[in-house]
Amino acid sequence: MSELRGVYTLWQREIKRFLRERTRLASSFFQPLLWLIIFGAGLGLSIRSSTGLNYQEYIFPGIIGQTLLFTSMFMGISLIWDRQFGFLKEILVAPISRVSIFVGKMLGVSTDSMIQGMIVLMLGFLIGVKITLPIVIKVIPLMLLVTLGMACIGLTLASFMDSLESYGTIMTFVNMPMFFLSGALFPVNNLPSWLQWVVYVNPLTYGVDALRTVIVDGAYVSSFPLYMDLTIIIAFDVLMILVGTYSFSLRK
Amino acid sequence: MNAIETMDLTKKFGSLTAVDSVNINVEQGEIFGLLGPNGAGKSTIISMLCTILKPTSGSALVNGYDIVQFPSQVRKSIGIVFQDPSVDDRLTGKENLEMHADLYGVPTSEKKSQIDKVLELVELSDRSNDLVRTYSSGMRRRLEIARSLVHTPKVLFLDEPTIGLDPQSRDHIWSYIRELMKNEELTIILTTHYMEEADKLCKQVAIVDHGQIVALDSPDSLKEKLGGETISVKTNDNPLYLEKIKEAGIAKSVVIAGEEVKITVDSAHTILPNIVNIAASNHIFIDSVSLQEPQLDDVFLHYTGRELREGGGKELSGMGAIRRRQIK
Repeated sequence: MSELRGVYTLWQREIKRFLRERTRLASSFFQPLLWLIIFGAGLGLSIRSSTGLNYQEYIFPGIIGQTLLFTSMFMGISLIWDRQFGFLKEILVAPISRVSIFVGKMLGVSTDSMIQGMIVLMLGFLIGVKITLPIVIKVIPLMLLVTLGMACIGLTLASFMDSLESYGTIMTFVNMPMFFLSGALFPVNNLPSWLQWVVYVNPLTYGVDALRTVIVDGAYVSSFPLYMDLTIIIAFDVLMILVGTYSFSLRK
Repeated sequence: MNAIETMDLTKKFGSLTAVDSVNINVEQGEIFGLLGPNGAGKSTIISMLCTILKPTSGSALVNGYDIVQFPSQVRKSIGIVFQDPSVDDRLTGKENLEMHADLYGVPTSEKKSQIDKVLELVELSDRSNDLVRTYSSGMRRRLEIARSLVHTPKVLFLDEPTIGLDPQSRDHIWSYIRELMKNEELTIILTTHYMEEADKLCKQVAIVDHGQIVALDSPDSLKEKLGGETISVKTNDNPLYLEKIKEAGIAKSVVIAGEEVKITVDSAHTILPNIVNIAASNHIFIDSVSLQEPQLDDVFLHYTGRELREGGGKELSGMGAIRRRQIK
């Protein structure tokens, strides 16, 4: 019971801090907008879609996936931040297990990412994607599943690092390949087979595919059946929660 | 019952022995000082007692619980104010306290009253809804003290509670500590490298140097043991002067501290002429002479052969801490 209360209060802290950072919230609003409007419109005009969707509609779920990934990875930095500013010490000496600390942090980061993801989802009307209530109801738990694993990647990396700068560098190395090779911006079936392999081991591929299935249902022929996407996402989440908790408890 | 009992507590980092077979007993309700230069091992002792570090050998009981076998019982019994800042400055003062109450499982029915009480103690009630980033470093320290008390600990650890604070804030914190001492159940362990602090607050003082306890007693009897008065003499050739005074055999102890030779004698007034004569007959020129009642500083010097402030290099960590406090 007291462990749950600890998880709750740590989760609450992450969200409070996140919502108080106004500039970051604003920039998180504009970045996907740039991708959707400028990149989407620009590139959309010069290529013909083979997916049955216009290009903006096609990348829209991909941009949501990108937002979930980037925010989760970025918020992993909060662990290094806490360590550098001493706050982590306060949590570590509290009578609460390392697992609970990690879970609180992970849920906090995931919730932050979901808030961002929802903001981007609401931008759908700009490019003519209808966001109905059933879609929202399906998207929320899906976003949670997608973001949990991503949050764990960030927190795992942050567990091993002491400097904000080196985390920033590593983050780019993870973010960019995962984003570009997830099918967020272009269909992956036409890629050379060695690259396709990378796409298949990229967990975000299944996240983006599932988001696309749910958000632009009907108009889009998904790469994988939804149940398969979900199975892989959940398996990845479980794996990453174990890896993350272990890495976090290794650190003194 | 003893609030703290250590049994040959030892911590090694590689080949460095940071804490070497320390044995201390602290009675419940007492305020106990660990005094020593930076890097002497005070914080390592505290870290082990707080279950942050595991001892290499030996053990300790805190509030009756073994620190190795029952770390979570120990954690519930203690409150800590760390040497470095550890509040979340993006939250308000009150939010920091609420979070602490949740982490330590303070019953929800007592949470609010407990938080109000500690805020009042450190005089932060009116600022409790402001973000901590708007606080001064003294206020942050006060908030940390308040936080360490939210869950009514049995033992309170204050690791250099006044480091980097201005004299006024320091006075404030001392007055809160005195207020806390009225509570007879609360035991306070204080580390400091300010002699004045230990002298003013502590009932018992352990002098720590190179990981060992070199002296342990009340501040008064430590001073008494040292005995007599101290004459500080500044000359143009301190090492030679030291030697000559030693040869004369009139002093209880002679050491060089900074630019002065400190001579401890039973009665300064009768020995002073002698001291001047020794200099004159050896062609040593005296720049200045001063007389002091014994201070805890002298006790430290006596036991370690070094002046406390010579802690030197490690002082930086204190400065770092101050600088870090100022980052907004």
